[in-house]
Amino acid sequence: MEHQTHITLPKGSIEKTTTTLNIGPTHPATHGVFQNIMEVDGERVVSTEQTVGYIHRAFEKLAERRPLYQITPITDRLNYCSSPINNMGWHITCERFLKLDLPKRVDYLRVIIMELARISDHLICNSIVGVDTGAYTGFLYVMQYRELIYEIYEEVCGSRLTTNIGRIGGFERNFTNTAFTKLEKFLNEYPKVLKEFENLFARNRIFMERTKGTGGISAERALNYGFTGPNLRAAGVDYDVRVQQPYSSYQDFDFKVPVGTTGDNYDRFLVRNAEMYESISIIKQAYQKIQEFKGTDAEVYHADVPEYYLPKKEDVYTKMEALIWHFKIIMGEINLPKGQIYSAVEGGNGELGFYLVSDGGRTPFRLHFRRPCFIYYQAFEELIKGGMLSDAVVTMSSLNLIAGELDA
Amino acid sequence: MALSNETIQNKLLEKFGDQVLNFSTASGILSFESSKEINLKVLQYLYEEPSLAFTFLTDLCGVNYPDNLGAELVVVYHLHNFSENIRLRYSVSTSINETAVFTASKLFESANWMERETYDFFGINFIGHPNLKRILNVDEMDYFPLRKEYPLEDQTRIDKDDEMFGRG
Repeated sequence: MEHQTHITLPKGSIEKTTTTLNIGPTHPATHGVFQNIMEVDGERVVSTEQTVGYIHRAFEKLAERRPLYQITPITDRLNYCSSPINNMGWHITCERFLKLDLPKRVDYLRVIIMELARISDHLICNSIVGVDTGAYTGFLYVMQYRELIYEIYEEVCGSRLTTNIGRIGGFERNFTNTAFTKLEKFLNEYPKVLKEFENLFARNRIFMERTKGTGGISAERALNYGFTGPNLRAAGVDYDVRVQQPYSSYQDFDFKVPVGTTGDNYDRFLVRNAEMYESISIIKQAYQKIQEFKGTDAEVYHADVPEYYLPKKEDVYTKMEALIWHFKIIMGEINLPKGQIYSAVEGGNGELGFYLVSDGGRTPFRLHFRRPCFIYYQAFEELIKGGMLSDAVVTMSSLNLIAGELDA
Repeated sequence: MALSNETIQNKLLEKFGDQVLNFSTASGILSFESSKEINLKVLQYLYEEPSLAFTFLTDLCGVNYPDNLGAELVVVYHLHNFSENIRLRYSVSTSINETAVFTASKLFESANWMERETYDFFGINFIGHPNLKRILNVDEMDYFPLRKEYPLEDQTRIDKDDEMFGRG
């Protein structure tokens, strides 16, 4: 009887010296829905192909039939580690497009929330880098401060993760005293915790040996690949949207833009870590500026733009006029002006841009989100090529890839 | 010397003459158009001319204007000069029946996926692209969903038997 084999190998495959390894779409080492089909030679990565799009939800198509306010909840679901930045980035785009002026107090309140969001974003990313190098402690320890940040969000807008925070022209309500008390608690306690967190990693020999020299990129290549945010700054380019094209009165604050030199995982960690200190300093400055407002100025939490700012909920329930306006604004009965705008904010992981094209209708004609991690994830192969498989895992987490943003 | 929108416009007009057109400034960003045949020449000039140095491709996306016959699809490039801190918007249009546009991925690595995304949603065929295939949608998809000819479902339709979602 003829010899039977169960597996028929393709012709020539026996000479293949590398192994094809499929990581993902769901895998404990990829924090999100990422698939990589890698060719590995032993433990060395020869090549990889990233597959994205597993949680694509057609946001850009959906946005074409939604009035401005109905798009805000969509932006929550981009980078869900720092959704307030996305919400405010979108509202700032609308305000710039509609040419609305905002009171300074609103800008400062927004800065507080956006910097809190940046801290929570960097905190997750850096602690996950810790988890992937074998240190779970830091991750668990800092979670209680992310929780505190979420409690502040909750006090301001009522929700925690997908915040839908704010309105075009400001906030839905003034910050309560509880919100400020929680903010003070955060400002008092968090710097010490951050210092402890830093001590756990920054000069830790195991951590340094795992992260130094892995996943590095030169400034030139990083620019060519469209890197932005902490990943670009780690490579040594001091580009920060908050400084270059200030929004929400960032020009009133004094802060540094930390940069690295080698663009490797260790530099990315250090840049994020230093940015958290800068964020704390910005929040302190903003809080101080807010306390300087006296009298009626200290009560301002939105601009006077009745065509775009939703009326108070109590009035909507009791007054006809308010109810009509509420309906008109939510359903987009007010046509947008014609034109187009590109407006960007510094998101948790890079330049988050909104390209809005309007044909004068009630909804955007086209809305494109410039998602930073979609653009820099294409460099992943170059970052990990020739390195160890275990370094690829660390590189992936230190890039701060957020599947929701990547796939839009 | 600070680079201004006027300087950029004059430089482009000097180099390309009447091939670059429709200059306008909205929200501080200069935008202009050209025919799709010279898009690489324009991008390369903007990149390599030392006084312009638009070396950062911020964004690349498509827009579909179904009523502009013969120029239904538009590719929009957002460029950024970091040292002068100035942005620029450049667009080329193409017919929906003949969607070939030269790829910018040789100049900018970042254009690679952004062009794949634009192909995926608008069907713009980037000539010379190293790996032009769908990126966010499934490979089996046989249409280009962000084109205006594919509307979203009518929210007021009543013919659908869908008890689970309250439309039974």
